[in-house]
Amino acid sequence: MSERVLMKGNEALAEAALRAGCRNFFGYPITPQTEVAAYMSKQLPKVGGVYMQAESEVSAINMVLGCGASGKRALTSSSSPGISLKTEGISYMAGSDVPAVIVNVQRGGPGLGGIQPSQSDYWQATRAPGHGDLHIIVLAPSTVQEMVDLMMGAFDIAEKYRMPAMILADGMLGQMMEPVEIPEAVDVSKIEKPWATNGHRNKRPHNIINSLYIEAQELESIVKARFERYEQIKANEQRAECFMTDDSEITIVAYGACARVAKNAVRAAREKGIKAGLIRPITLWPFPTDAVRNAAATTKTFISVEMSMGQMVDDVRLAVNGAVPVEFFGRTGGVIPTPNEVLAQIEKNAGGTK
Amino acid sequence: MAIVFQKPKALADVPLHYCPGCTHGIIHRLVAQAIDELGIEGTTVGVAPVGCAVFAYNYFNCDMIEAAHGRAPAVATGVKRGNPDLTVFSYQGDGDLAAIGTAETVHAATRGENITVIFVNNAIYGMTGGQMAPTTLPGQVTQTTPYGRDTKIAGHPIRMCEMLSTLDGVALAQRVSVDSVKNINIARKAIKKAFENQINKRGYSIVEVISSCPTNWGLTPVEALEWLRNNMLPYYPLGVYKDITAEEAK
Amino acid sequence: MNYNVLFAGFGGQGILFQGKVMAYAGLIDGQEVSWLPSYGPEMRGGTANCSVCLSHEPIGSPLVVTPNAFVVLNGPSYNKFINEVEDGGVVVYESSLVPDIVEREGITQYGVDATRIAEENGLKGLGNIIMLGKLFSVLHFCDEQSLYKAVEKCVPPKKAHLIEANIKALKLGMTL
Repeated sequence: MSERVLMKGNEALAEAALRAGCRNFFGYPITPQTEVAAYMSKQLPKVGGVYMQAESEVSAINMVLGCGASGKRALTSSSSPGISLKTEGISYMAGSDVPAVIVNVQRGGPGLGGIQPSQSDYWQATRAPGHGDLHIIVLAPSTVQEMVDLMMGAFDIAEKYRMPAMILADGMLGQMMEPVEIPEAVDVSKIEKPWATNGHRNKRPHNIINSLYIEAQELESIVKARFERYEQIKANEQRAECFMTDDSEITIVAYGACARVAKNAVRAAREKGIKAGLIRPITLWPFPTDAVRNAAATTKTFISVEMSMGQMVDDVRLAVNGAVPVEFFGRTGGVIPTPNEVLAQIEKNAGGTK
Repeated sequence: MAIVFQKPKALADVPLHYCPGCTHGIIHRLVAQAIDELGIEGTTVGVAPVGCAVFAYNYFNCDMIEAAHGRAPAVATGVKRGNPDLTVFSYQGDGDLAAIGTAETVHAATRGENITVIFVNNAIYGMTGGQMAPTTLPGQVTQTTPYGRDTKIAGHPIRMCEMLSTLDGVALAQRVSVDSVKNINIARKAIKKAFENQINKRGYSIVEVISSCPTNWGLTPVEALEWLRNNMLPYYPLGVYKDITAEEAK
Repeated sequence: MNYNVLFAGFGGQGILFQGKVMAYAGLIDGQEVSWLPSYGPEMRGGTANCSVCLSHEPIGSPLVVTPNAFVVLNGPSYNKFINEVEDGGVVVYESSLVPDIVEREGITQYGVDATRIAEENGLKGLGNIIMLGKLFSVLHFCDEQSLYKAVEKCVPPKKAHLIEANIKALKLGMTL
């Protein structure tokens, strides 16, 4: 095991991408994710990698598409307004089955919004990360260590299912420092990508990376096949942390930075004798429906706690399917809820269920 | 028996979808010929545009990627930076390269991105049925300039080769036409040079091909070439706007 | 003991560095730690602050809203946060830069004339570290040796010649 070092979330994310064998970064500066790009610009040239500051986020994501299509591990990173610009390329990657990793260190929106931490891109990430019938894998770290761990696996899962994966972080996780253990680098030289457009070398028919299908029936059958793959992902890849949910009567659902705040509140509630618990989705798509549904069998109420006006709460409600009430508490615009505010919500609900 | 004519190997043996009299077919052939002559089909990746040449990924036998509208230079950059040993070309029309993809084009050029760009300029949006292009001539009638392009309203056409030739990253910027055997021969040499420059790591090379669109210009193929000579060539003069290898040879 | 510390002052006073040394000291000690800076335009010339948590439990929210220790190097930050300090909390303030002290029951405030003391001892620019030394002498938030090792970790290699001065500043702060 390597030594635990103190690292900023953004820098840990970048280092993890390097350890995961990523040698190609295409980005554009935006607060609060810029340290990812800065770190890459310093480290990639030392290992013979490609760091490219593109002319726009639109261009950066299309560079990622080209690089990913050629079989290389390619990464881009941005924050909310920049991700909106990347949605074009994300849709094309989904439509042409190109794996890559996209980082969104979320800030407040809409529009230019603010630069403080937010979770208001949940809908964008899980519902419409681009036009068309599509999903991308969405991973939500809540510690700097988890930024590293999820990034280490993000390329693997993206390549396994041939689709884009997103790390959905936020300004708090990007900017904070925590002790972190960086795993050893992995060898990606043996990974086979027979579909890649990297020159047929006169040994195979030409490969085509394409999302255009003029015949409606053909496009339908391709999209349907992709959705069968999505079903496999839903069955195999749901991940969540369950904290004190065995006997919880009031179950918080919170991800990312918000889950840290919620965990404090759950501990405080337990000290007051309230049976509170926390489900922390680690995958946002696929949403950990099973974990929520299991908890719905025993809990009396759910509270989705978010740094938004209430987005993930939709998925909680879909999972719970009316079995028990689902409440929402959130702050938005870059405001981080305090543990006491969340505790007050728990207490309010505890009063109601007694 | 001597072979006097054959299809280039890099061109797929499939019918092209282009309209009768369209010059895309000739330009495809010239690109495939260059790939054959340089023996690089196995290490070449082409990037197709959005526009009339959108199906180009089916017409070349090298590996192909279909890019979003205007993003071909960015996609090509991603392929090339990740795989410097590959030869990468984009094939783009005027809307793709000079309107929606202007930023990608200018920045790929100024970075000296070591790619080859084939730019087909026919002064109109063909695929969507004949709307104004960034290169539509003043006074030219299109579906969206039904009274003729009024430069006071719709602005002026862009001369891409002239503009790009001011950038330090550009190795070759040449405008050619395929309206005559003589010009086709000049175009063939220019396209081959644009690929050779890449193999020799010289940077961004663009060949702009002045092309015709009989269907959307509302002319017969022969009339269209005549119109091209009388109207487009005076506005878009053929010639070499920048060629660093020629400058070095002096 | 959970230490939820807020460091605040002007950008350029070494606020983030103070916090980083404390966080690293906790890490070397084997504690759970977090460090969260304020970021954005206020970094550039305005007020800066950072939250540092040390605990033997995993850190929940790294944002310190109600600090139990507050280290402050300017008046505006003092005024902004002094009423947020928890009862029983500790405040270390730069006495020449924080002109108006609010008397509050239940908290202990220590004024340190750190800028002047630094200059008089050939430690110009290390007033922030003197104040961290003072905080340590009050709270003993980690093993003393961990604090010195943290300085070695936090001073960038290019400025390695400053390690000794930083340690001297810490020790000086502990005597005040």
